[in-house]
Amino acid sequence: MLTKRIIACLDMDGGRVVKGVQFVNLRDAGDPVECAAAHARDGADEIVLLDITATSGKRQTMLDVVRRTARCLFIPFTVGGGIRELADAAAVFEAGADKIAINSAAVRDPTLIGKIAARFGSQAVVVAIDARRVTGSSSRFEVFVAGGRTPTGRDTIQWAREAAACGAGEIMLTSMDRDGTKAGFDCELTQLVADAVSIPVIASGGAGSAQHFIDVFRDGRADAALAASIFHFGLENIGQLKRELQAANLPVRWPC
Amino acid sequence: MIAIVDYGAGNLNSVRKAFDHLGADVVVTARPEIVAAADRIVVPGVGHFSALSALDNTGLRDAVLQGASAGKPLLGICLGMQWLFEGSDEAPELAGAGIFAGRCRPFPSSVKSPHVGWNSLAVRQGSRLLRNVAPESFVYYTHSFQAPVVAATTAATKYGTPFSAVVEQGNIFGVQFHPEKSWNVGLLMIKNFCEAEF
Repeated sequence: MLTKRIIACLDMDGGRVVKGVQFVNLRDAGDPVECAAAHARDGADEIVLLDITATSGKRQTMLDVVRRTARCLFIPFTVGGGIRELADAAAVFEAGADKIAINSAAVRDPTLIGKIAARFGSQAVVVAIDARRVTGSSSRFEVFVAGGRTPTGRDTIQWAREAAACGAGEIMLTSMDRDGTKAGFDCELTQLVADAVSIPVIASGGAGSAQHFIDVFRDGRADAALAASIFHFGLENIGQLKRELQAANLPVRWPC
Repeated sequence: MIAIVDYGAGNLNSVRKAFDHLGADVVVTARPEIVAAADRIVVPGVGHFSALSALDNTGLRDAVLQGASAGKPLLGICLGMQWLFEGSDEAPELAGAGIFAGRCRPFPSSVKSPHVGWNSLAVRQGSRLLRNVAPESFVYYTHSFQAPVVAATTAATKYGTPFSAVVEQGNIFGVQFHPEKSWNVGLLMIKNFCEAEF
């Protein structure tokens, strides 16, 4: 049976893993190569490395981290942040990533999705969407870009559909309202997107307990769920999390 | 020497890294004469079935099939495994290698496509590739088309319908999943391939 994936995300700045609350207030959480290997041993189904500053000066540092991380990581490995054109994606693949995540650049130029997919396959293209609930609206979500700083006026559901039509292999959907709060995933947002596209949807933002994962897999119909800080600071062990999901009759890869 | 055949379909780094990790003598090559000189051959690949036309246009198809006929161990991964069948509805005009009977088809409409993630194996019969692999192990998939279960299927996976996860016939092996991304289970299969004797 196809299992629900648990994805450990490493937010990286200048070669170190950091994690903010609602995209600011960064705290240091360690060496990315060690963190990725530890998460894989703990039972993570996948690793995502997001370069959250991604200034051009730090690009080589990031590629070096990707290279060192990929060397001994035999589970799927996604890298995102600062990928603006096909050549950026190619450099990240060359360094050892299996998939790239693109966000702002895809909104600016949706044909970039197809260009990367044509060369590396759709399975290698994850479109990351940062969505914020429209104030005063129960179920409308606006797409933000530039690390959550810039509103686009675009509707999240429509953008997810367009990204899928352009050749995206997966959608990584972050609730900006929940990010870093540990208040639970936004199940309504996740379910709206999961029902709108046939490609897998990775829920992100708000993980704080095993129950939150159960909720987003059941009510949110997520195919995968991603968390960062919850794993780094030892709040939850991935093995323990998977045992709780199993007890709730959700299919997981365990033991692995 | 093990040749990983590069016919321009996607990123072969991950496959190469897994062999490197196991200490195998491996090259990634697009040259038929290097494939012909290899002891073992790997045909990887992701993406659209039509990408396999590059094998036909470059002389790689003949090099791979002659090697297989000569008894060299051959491993097809994902698209490379589908190529071992007769063809695929994804690119009906293109002939596969035809080593295994049947054609690759899309998943039934009852399930989302593509099939992405970790799914379990149902081992059907003795398998060299799965030696010491625990039954019902999980492996990582990402694909939109699936190969039928045939006599040579040594493990199947169910997603909407059962399909071939592993096929084997003598020195010829195919896996629909990505062993290079399937953690220790996948590395064990790659090791089994590297050590298989005929």
